[in-house]
Amino acid sequence: MSDTREPKGDATPQSASSDASRNGDPRSRWDRVTGVGESASRALVVPALALVLALVVGAIIIMVTDVDAWRLMGEDPGAAIGDMLSGVWVAYRELFIGAFGSVRAISETLFTATPLILAGLAVAVGFRTGLFNIGARGQMFIGGLFALWVGLHVELPAFLHIPLALIAAIVGGGIWGGLAGFLKARTGAHEVITTIMLNFIAAFFVLYVLKTSIFQAEGSNIPQSAPILESARLVPIFGDQYRVNIGFFLALAAVFVVQWLLFRSTIGFEFRAAGFSPTASAYAGMNVAFLYTAVMFISGGLAGLAGATMTLGLPPYTVTSNFPGTIGFDAIALALLGRSHPYGVLAAGLLFGALIAGGRTMQAAAGVSVDLVIVMQALIIIFIAAPELVRAIFRLKPTETEPTQLTKGWGA
Amino acid sequence: MTTTIERTEAVEVRNRSTPEERRSTIVGWVLIALGVFVIIAFGIGVEAGADATFNLSLQTDRFQDLAWSVSARNLSIVLGVIIVGLGAWRLSRRALDWTNIALALGFSLFSLAFLAWAAAGSQFSLVGMLRSTVILSVVIVFGALTGLMCERVGVINIGIEGQLLASAFAGVVLSSAFGTVAGLVGALLTGALLGWLLAWLTIRFHVDQIIAGVVINFLALGLTSLMSARILTDVQSLNAPERIPSIRIPLLADIPVLGPMFFDHTFFVYGMFILVMAIHLGLFYTRWGLRSRSVGEHPKAADTAGINVYWVRYRNVILGGMIAGFGGAFLGLAQVARFEEDMTGGVGFIGLAAMIFGRWLPFGALGAGLVFGFARAVQQKISILNIGIPSEFLLMLPYVVTIIVVAGVVGKARPPAADGQPYIKQ
Repeated sequence: MSDTREPKGDATPQSASSDASRNGDPRSRWDRVTGVGESASRALVVPALALVLALVVGAIIIMVTDVDAWRLMGEDPGAAIGDMLSGVWVAYRELFIGAFGSVRAISETLFTATPLILAGLAVAVGFRTGLFNIGARGQMFIGGLFALWVGLHVELPAFLHIPLALIAAIVGGGIWGGLAGFLKARTGAHEVITTIMLNFIAAFFVLYVLKTSIFQAEGSNIPQSAPILESARLVPIFGDQYRVNIGFFLALAAVFVVQWLLFRSTIGFEFRAAGFSPTASAYAGMNVAFLYTAVMFISGGLAGLAGATMTLGLPPYTVTSNFPGTIGFDAIALALLGRSHPYGVLAAGLLFGALIAGGRTMQAAAGVSVDLVIVMQALIIIFIAAPELVRAIFRLKPTETEPTQLTKGWGA
Repeated sequence: MTTTIERTEAVEVRNRSTPEERRSTIVGWVLIALGVFVIIAFGIGVEAGADATFNLSLQTDRFQDLAWSVSARNLSIVLGVIIVGLGAWRLSRRALDWTNIALALGFSLFSLAFLAWAAAGSQFSLVGMLRSTVILSVVIVFGALTGLMCERVGVINIGIEGQLLASAFAGVVLSSAFGTVAGLVGALLTGALLGWLLAWLTIRFHVDQIIAGVVINFLALGLTSLMSARILTDVQSLNAPERIPSIRIPLLADIPVLGPMFFDHTFFVYGMFILVMAIHLGLFYTRWGLRSRSVGEHPKAADTAGINVYWVRYRNVILGGMIAGFGGAFLGLAQVARFEEDMTGGVGFIGLAAMIFGRWLPFGALGAGLVFGFARAVQQKISILNIGIPSEFLLMLPYVVTIIVVAGVVGKARPPAADGQPYIKQ
């Protein structure tokens, strides 16, 4: 399943079908050993090995940064190395327990995965159309802000209030994303530059409005909102003591909707066609300018939903000025790991949800900062984006080179 | 593309206006609107009598107590009229080369009127703000030059932020442990290493350049935060570098206003001006520059002419990384003099913006960096003065300007032709 990585010059949109692997690559050693269908195993082998490598490098980092063990190194190197290894064991054990070890842990994993899946879908939809949406962060800001406004100022019963807030989030995120798509379509401004810049603009805008009377809690002087109305809060699935809420079902639904949209609908076909070759699509009579704007609206809308799950679903339901955190960038790793396929993004989102939720436990119990997860994400991206590197490390038979160029130059 | 077509049409049909002429008209109307705004909002609309006092000397200066008191209202009206005049001059569509200069001048006068309005009835250290403009622009300019070195050979670098952050970390830790020189060398090598990583991933493995840049940002943020939390909080002596002192240039530093602004800084600031000049000369007057630019514009032609495209790209991207290392060292060893998690806070992306705003030119990068530095200095000032203007909007300014520039509203910036394109030797 190398369809996100085919060279952009390929002018046949038909080859975009989800499991096409028609370039006649020789089967890798892994395929011959497992006997699994080629596309299925090729879709999984590199991500799985990337994860293994990331865990190994993470272990090395934990060992190297173990200050206490280094102090012991001069006196008793054996004990010091033993300490380091046990440090790795404790950290990874706590990470696993924090991700899967209890109902609370599973709740935290699903809760953390919710916005990740939605934002990952946002980036994946962009990739499918040949657009690199780095702006999930900004779209989360604006979408989350729109949802927050509805959550604070509209009084409705919950069964109407929540959907209205979510629609507001789609509109807000969609406008922010669609703006980048529109600029690309109309002026050729590269979406990577505009979305990066829109991220910062959104961040400062949210910082500002959270200090205005529209959002700020009365008597407060920090940029933090008043608590949203109860009817707008995303309902917890397992009761109030667990944080996972109906936002997770929303993310699951989004996965299926995006799957349908991309691979079963006409406009999805046009999106993918434009991703393969804008010129061929235009020649076939598609309105590429409209497609760019539309896909960035959809992408932004998905990211906006991710933002809404952070503003409507995070106890204590008061919103602070950096509610998207690093999710907007995690989403890029997710989309790559999931091969820009909705089901892949779902799996990758659950994995990252587990890593981050477990990472928080690891930080508290083992003293290894959750920043390790950021490093591991970076490593996963490297290994996924440079499969030759993984193949070289594991001595797998090299396949034909698959350049991962997703974007064209600024001027393109 | 469209502009070239329009240009040829303009030759055929004499009475249709050229893009430059239309731009001049747009700039003219923008300036007139700006001038009218200044006259109304800062001039007529304000009560008379409040004087703004601009202090023009610092405590440390040789010539003390230089100041300029002026009625904020009258000054604004005069400046507004001048801006309107500039706009009218642009509408006349004469001397088209001066459009940018008129625009820059108009916005400078606008800034002065704004400051007078903000400082009305009180004192305001103008020279202090100009000095901090220079200081705040240093990291931005180094970041922009990093991006420029890479993009001129066709490699997009959005990992500038990570390169700055990682080299600031390395500089602080090594300087604390082994002294300033070790810190500087460590910062340069860290920058070079991350530059090499970008080049290696994109050239050897054809990794998408944007993704490689994202990876560098992730790696730098994750690793420095992790090590900061795990090591620096425990061993605090590793986060206490000696601050690099300023070098006061004799005589020149005594010039009022210009002295404190330009001639009383750490060597990083002088290095910045020298580097801008050096890259400008190198890029446009040496064999190295010609080869670099040819690789960025048309790698295949360069290859055919016998230039080793891979080597040129590796070399320039690593050099770019070292420039970021220098910028990171300034941040960690001179500006802040300690390491804090995520201490770059987006300045690398402002550098990227400055490179684009400066149209991939070294002096453009310097000018854009100073403009963005000025915006930050004003933002810091007005959040202290507390005059009711949300400082967030000034913080947004570099990003908004960049979108306007890439969208071609005020003249289109053109990147190197092969920017972002991997080159695969046949």
